[in-house]
Amino acid sequence: MTTIAADPHDVHAHDHHDADHKPGFFARWFMSTNHKDIGTLYLIFAICAGVIGGAISGLMRHELAQPGIQYLHSWAMLMDGPDATLDQAYHLWNVLITAHGLIMVFFMVMPAIIGGFGNWFVPIMIGAPDMAFPRMNNISFWLLIPAFLLLLGSTLVPGGTGNGAGTGWTVYAPLSTSGSPGPAVDLAILSLHIAGASSILGAINFITTIFNMRAPGMTLHKMPLFVWSVLVTAFLLLLSLPVLAAAITMLLTDRNFGTVFYDGLRGGDPELYQHLFWFFGHPEVYIMILPGFGIVSQIVSTFSRKPVFGYLGMAYAMVAIGVVGFVVWAHHMFTTGMSVNVKMYFTAATMVIAVPTGIKIFSWIATMWGGSLTFKTPMVWALGFIFMFTVGGVTGVVLANGGIDDALHDTYYVVAHFHYVLSLGAVFALFAGFYYWFPKFSGRMYNEVLGQLHFWVFFIGVNILFFPMHFLGLSGMPRRYPDYPEAFAFWNQIATHGYDIMAVGVLIFFINVFWSLFAGPKAAANPWGEGATTLEWTLSSPPPYHQFETLPQID
Amino acid sequence: MNIAKTLVMAGLLAFAPAVVASPAAFAQDSATAIGNAADSAPATAPAEAANAVAPAETAAAPAAAVPAPPRLKPTEGVGMPRPGEITLQEQFTDTGRQARWIHDAVLLPVITVICLIVLALMLFIIARYRRGANPTPSRTSHNTLLEIVWTVAPILVLVVIAVPSISLIAEQYRPAPKEALTVKVTGYQWYWGYEYPDQGIGEFVSNMLPPEKAVENGEPYLLAADNRLVLPAGRPIKLIITAADVIHSFAVPSLWVKMDAVPGRLNEKAFTIEKPGVYYGQCSELCGARHAFMPIAIEALPPAEFDAWVRSQGGDPAGNANGEAPQTAAAAAPAPAAPRI
Repeated sequence: MTTIAADPHDVHAHDHHDADHKPGFFARWFMSTNHKDIGTLYLIFAICAGVIGGAISGLMRHELAQPGIQYLHSWAMLMDGPDATLDQAYHLWNVLITAHGLIMVFFMVMPAIIGGFGNWFVPIMIGAPDMAFPRMNNISFWLLIPAFLLLLGSTLVPGGTGNGAGTGWTVYAPLSTSGSPGPAVDLAILSLHIAGASSILGAINFITTIFNMRAPGMTLHKMPLFVWSVLVTAFLLLLSLPVLAAAITMLLTDRNFGTVFYDGLRGGDPELYQHLFWFFGHPEVYIMILPGFGIVSQIVSTFSRKPVFGYLGMAYAMVAIGVVGFVVWAHHMFTTGMSVNVKMYFTAATMVIAVPTGIKIFSWIATMWGGSLTFKTPMVWALGFIFMFTVGGVTGVVLANGGIDDALHDTYYVVAHFHYVLSLGAVFALFAGFYYWFPKFSGRMYNEVLGQLHFWVFFIGVNILFFPMHFLGLSGMPRRYPDYPEAFAFWNQIATHGYDIMAVGVLIFFINVFWSLFAGPKAAANPWGEGATTLEWTLSSPPPYHQFETLPQID
Repeated sequence: MNIAKTLVMAGLLAFAPAVVASPAAFAQDSATAIGNAADSAPATAPAEAANAVAPAETAAAPAAAVPAPPRLKPTEGVGMPRPGEITLQEQFTDTGRQARWIHDAVLLPVITVICLIVLALMLFIIARYRRGANPTPSRTSHNTLLEIVWTVAPILVLVVIAVPSISLIAEQYRPAPKEALTVKVTGYQWYWGYEYPDQGIGEFVSNMLPPEKAVENGEPYLLAADNRLVLPAGRPIKLIITAADVIHSFAVPSLWVKMDAVPGRLNEKAFTIEKPGVYYGQCSELCGARHAFMPIAIEALPPAEFDAWVRSQGGDPAGNANGEAPQTAAAAAPAPAAPRI
């Protein structure tokens, strides 16, 4: 990062004497307009949703531990009553994959990385007292609650063969229209509408805040890379989510009001839905990973005690990823029967994304080169992120080839790929950011030994969990299957062991969090030393309730 | 607020014409919208349960004059996944072998080397630049030459990948020659229907074999089907793929075939199977409850035996039926001989 010479003592000297006056419990947490409190709410929400989404993946992984149906039928009996048929059990499987995907994308990663860390640290990093629209910030968060309840509630009402929406997170028509009678899919669609509205409001808030509320001297080219990443992400949200809203609104009208947008037999086209969905869906994957890039940049710089290498290149690489991310969507649709020229174009365009992504990986390495590295927990997670994201990224280059994708599309290779970039990418960035900023938002230090243990157990677990999926995919195992031929048994069993190891890692994380919240040693304003140059480290830990009542001057 | 208002207005405006002019947009070259896929219900009654065996009328049909060739036994590990396998299945089409070569000889080495380079750099940095070994950090934050190199080098690598990759796509889209055998494949919830319009063989249904039956036949459970899609080896084949209800995907890994079956569209896939054998695949687009239970089993026969099979189904091996009333053909003409399960 650029040098920011705001002295901690200067800032404190300017703080208003009642900057730390907090409202009462209800007003503070339910009518909050404070970006830090809203950030905390987002983080708590994301952790709760993550536990639910992660538990669902545990159910699925254990069902898949061996060929045959192990537990699915008895779970269906729990959900749908004792006479649940085998078909209802299979439908339950589709409900589980749908719920896992939607929860992890819309209610875990996005709320945590944008709502949580973005809210907490974007205003502070640019020297602003709060977000531009504090009340809108509040409604952004509170819209998530009904959205999540609608999604959870959809599992209790009929959705076709059984209860719940069994359409996959992509909600492809016509499976989601004529293929899923009953209110479950409608509830899931409304859930997405509300979650989308929440994100659009949040995006507007971030863009306005970053463009208008930077402290004097904080030019765009001096902003920390995390702020850059959130800015680019906010634009992606703002441009892509309305397209999703349009796509799923047409699903709703096709389902309920007799329109035929996606009905191929009456003048519509199911492919139209896929184009619209992925025009949103591809930017969405960058929405989940770009803030992670920002977090990792801050951490690598801090623990190398060096400014980020090639700052401008890093910032504009993210802009490039964002822009190119909008013109590659149909690589999710290589097997839909597109024309040869379209397929060639999307192959070439998709591969282009590897270039700015490569710039980021090499720049992180160059940042560490010549540095003076310490391997505190956040840094270990960031290092894990860089390597695992590379592994996930290169399999993306394989999948980008339309001709190769004919074999790998909708197999476990794709599952492995996107879990390497999300579960080992975005989630590693989340843990890295959580440990990095935990002292700042809680005022207490986490336990270093538990943090390192959490990393290693989780790292080993997710690799055992997801690496064999490459093998399963290459040998042809399709996604979204509750049962599989004997030949796939071996690697599925290994993967299930990986899940169990990972689950132990998550348990260590929670022990660490609760221990540290109640018994962790008090954290200094800047526990990371001279490498931590961004403005949040100039404030006390935790920061005063209102910071920067006198704006800091950046030179 | 203005931004939000504008967005709402734009959304409303965008909607109005869309409701009036129903969107036939995005119709692509290789796919034609058709109007009657839903009407063309399979001639044989759809089996209700996944473990139903052959359609009833098939079993009851009188034996045809020409016996069908015996049901081909699959070769263990060929045309199907192998236990503990870590790579792609052996390929039995031209483009399949070309594609597999690109994966094994170009992509896999390139991505492995990239990962190892990144790993080696990181391990070196961790050892060399830890605080104990390098207490004073450098302040270097720019090196234009280096930045140009790591931008241009990946571009070159991508070009090296793109050349064979793009020509593979061109190869995969090479249209089938005129004499190619045409089979219409229709995806249903949750089975496949196969029809040979030029041979006058009406649509028959292919259901998954129940576990006991699969074991008895020496076939892998969840891959074995009752009525296989019978194709000639060594002759060009053109599949016309569609669906009647929701989207399915017709996929056979060992032939490098995966093509979505979309209601209202006809997708085309051309290939030539090099060797006789049994090649298994599975539906590869989420299609509802029994998505995992509608396998694809292709039986590739030597041309002469294939012709015999066509005759045994009451079809014309010369392919002169010209798609004439294949629907009725199935019902009226001598139905398939003894069930070949």
